[in-house]
Amino acid sequence: MGALSIRDVRRSYGGIEILKGIDVEVEAGEFLILVGPSGCGKSTLLNIIAGLDAPTTGTVHIAGRDVTRALPKDRDIAMVFQSYALYPNMNVAGNISFGLEMRNVPRDQREAAVQRVAKMLQIEHLLDRKPGQLSGGQRQRVAMGRALARDPVLFLFDEPLSNLDAKLRVEMRAEIKQLHRAAQVTTVYVTHDQVEAMTLGDRIAVMKGGLIEQLGTPDDIYDRPATRFVAEFIGSPAMNMIVAERSPAGLAAQGFDLVLDDGQRRALSAGAPGPVLYGLRPESLSFGDAGLPGTVTMLEPTGPETYALVDTAVGKLTARVPGRLHQAIGAPVALRWSAADVHLFDTRTEQRLA
Amino acid sequence: MAQIRDGNLLSLPTAPTLAAWGAAWSSACTGVDCGGLKPFFLNSVLMVIPAVLVSTVLGAVNGYIFSKWRFRGSETMFAMMLFGVFMPMQVVLLPMSQILGWLGIANSIWGLVLVHVIAGLPSTTLFFRNYYVGLPDELVKAAMLDGAGFWRIFWRIVLPLSTPITVVTLIWQFTNIWNDFLYGIVFSGAASKPVTVGLNNLANTSSVVKEYNVDMAAAMIAALPTLIVYIVAGKYFVRGLTAGAVKG
Amino acid sequence: MTAGAGTAVARSAEPFGARLARWVPKLVLAPSFVLAFLFIYGLMAWNGYLSLSASRLLPNYEFVGIEQYQRLFESERWWVALTNLGIFGGLFIGCGMTIGLLLAILLDQKIRVEGVLRTIYLYPMALSFIVTGTAWKWILNPGLGLEKLAHEWGFAGFSFDWLINPDRAIYTIVIAGVWQSAGFVMALFLAGLRGIDDSILKAAQIDGASLPRIYWRIIIPCLRPVFFSTLMVLSHLAIKSFDLVMALTAGGPGFATDVPATFMYTMAFSRGQIGLGAASATIMLATVAAIVVPYLYSELRGRR
Repeated sequence: MGALSIRDVRRSYGGIEILKGIDVEVEAGEFLILVGPSGCGKSTLLNIIAGLDAPTTGTVHIAGRDVTRALPKDRDIAMVFQSYALYPNMNVAGNISFGLEMRNVPRDQREAAVQRVAKMLQIEHLLDRKPGQLSGGQRQRVAMGRALARDPVLFLFDEPLSNLDAKLRVEMRAEIKQLHRAAQVTTVYVTHDQVEAMTLGDRIAVMKGGLIEQLGTPDDIYDRPATRFVAEFIGSPAMNMIVAERSPAGLAAQGFDLVLDDGQRRALSAGAPGPVLYGLRPESLSFGDAGLPGTVTMLEPTGPETYALVDTAVGKLTARVPGRLHQAIGAPVALRWSAADVHLFDTRTEQRLA
Repeated sequence: MAQIRDGNLLSLPTAPTLAAWGAAWSSACTGVDCGGLKPFFLNSVLMVIPAVLVSTVLGAVNGYIFSKWRFRGSETMFAMMLFGVFMPMQVVLLPMSQILGWLGIANSIWGLVLVHVIAGLPSTTLFFRNYYVGLPDELVKAAMLDGAGFWRIFWRIVLPLSTPITVVTLIWQFTNIWNDFLYGIVFSGAASKPVTVGLNNLANTSSVVKEYNVDMAAAMIAALPTLIVYIVAGKYFVRGLTAGAVKG
Repeated sequence: MTAGAGTAVARSAEPFGARLARWVPKLVLAPSFVLAFLFIYGLMAWNGYLSLSASRLLPNYEFVGIEQYQRLFESERWWVALTNLGIFGGLFIGCGMTIGLLLAILLDQKIRVEGVLRTIYLYPMALSFIVTGTAWKWILNPGLGLEKLAHEWGFAGFSFDWLINPDRAIYTIVIAGVWQSAGFVMALFLAGLRGIDDSILKAAQIDGASLPRIYWRIIIPCLRPVFFSTLMVLSHLAIKSFDLVMALTAGGPGFATDVPATFMYTMAFSRGQIGLGAASATIMLATVAAIVVPYLYSELRGRR
């Protein structure tokens, strides 16, 4: 039994089912990401783990103990909130030690814990300030300090970086990763940002509509997305999807034959007949002399690479190519890709075929 | 008093004197009683202090529950209480006077205190609830995770953040209860009349010569406590009240 | 899990501490809620029952149906009270809002003493209606106040006897009421004005609108919710108004300035007509409820 196990958790509010049966096992020390669009139920699930909400049915075990209906304080967990939720009336030291005080930890131990955490997060000089006097990044650190001071068995993060500006977000992301590596505390981290999900997680649970669409390592999720939703949600720019018809040679769209390898052909013939979604990540596309003809309609240079929107017979495709592009808008180009980079999905079930 | 009768509305008194104030305080006649406004004023003080404190404390706790500890039906309960803010109090006068009689506190200051506390509860609850709705729920959640319970969250987190709304509620309740006339005239007895009733009786007592200067001095005395509160704390009151009132 | 296989998902037992924690808020709320509930709805029902009884000097629970209401609406005095409420309410709300809005717009012109004025305008709110009434009674007194002032200034023909003129006395109540509430209305409108997004005004200026036009076409329409809540506050103040009338005219001359609130008080507590008083209170309640309940309903709906 793992550090956290969630079994068939369902939650409905007034007849509307927000969570439709969630099963997750998290190993000790693991960093699990819950990612998905807003309304997918990820925050509800986190609240259920924290004990701020209770499942309608199903159970939650933390470190082997059934805590489904236990109070948050009896779960030995700590949580970092999106808004940080620092107590405005207490100074930083007070914020960090409040949880220990509530657990009747003696004063000298509380002070030692505050010092230890402050040192770890480099906020020693802020201990006497009130949260109102801190910058966004400092508040974020204090919020993490408050969680760390308690030395819990489980860390919960609820979109902790979404109130920070872009540069600070990248810094704090790295810092969270380092802290986790150092402390090795089991962590559940909710985000809607797929970059955070990919960079931080040992495993990622992609959620949609109250269900987990796919649970796997970042590589699994990116290289073998289980559903069309996962394929389009993870990765930026999003995966190109071409609606393809069966043809004698395999698959074709608008009369253009689409390349496939043997494994994909086998999967296709094993699957149900009918149209198929033919997915290509933008970085799988490259410009060549021969291939799918099209015209460039827009260029978005980002510096190290360029996104090119190409109008082709099978639809508009985005290509992500390194460096700068010298084609002009309206220039004719040809797109190439290899069959190994293709993702196939059933149009009806939206499940992965190959 | 001659100044007022001789002079006009705008002319300054020719020889300012505090005689009228003294008369209004301790010797002006209301009906057959000639003890001035003093006993009524003291009644008001004795009534207003417990009534304001109790209704404010209960309102704070109720508002805390209605905003941060919602449960099934709590919104309906709040809406039901809200109607009490607008209800014309004439509806409760007749039954309430009978209840106070049964409780044995009719015509006493304690009867007035009880009525003011209950009648003020909807407003104080509304004030605190609307203010607490603006406090992030995450604060309470974080405190729950930190191991604090219902009372400790209230005491250590919520109450220290409540100063603005507490000032508004205290001033609001103080003004309302001090200035109340309806309950005062209906529920008080000869020895428990509040200052508004005293002032009204004084001003409406017909004597041979109407002493308007004494009436005015009495009106000033009756108005003084609330005016002082407004002058001292009016700024905070305006800020808090208008913010809340516009939000709804 | 293998143990639970085949059975429905077992509901985990709730620990005692958690169950207790769930009940604490309800237990704490219960006493004051019950008290308030009984006070509001219990007494409302009781009053309703009294209004259907034959009570006169003492409560008497002999059921007489709507007889008291029939008497009420046959009473000339009640109709005077209702008419007065109409006149008073209409003018009080209309003048109060107009003056309050104008004051707010004036103060909104970023004048230097705004902070001071804003607070001073509110001072009347600190006063009891009894104090206001007593003061205005003196100012409006024909022998002492405005009239005497005008005479001394040489306007011998000036006569201002509204206070003792049965056809005019109700307007003196309007004057005093507006004086007292205008500052409060101003504060509400001023807060509303301050809540308007500055960029809207800048956009209008760039579009070339003049200041009066900006107020008329953009700002005042934006204040609609404030108008609405002010209307609510003022109309329920008007219906409940009792103290001001008692202090200024005590319903007189005769019963020329009676309003429902003073009518109710007179019937219930000095004329020994408890049933009739209860009936008039019920009518007042129904009037307020007709205004306030839809408002509360929409407010609570909208907030969710």
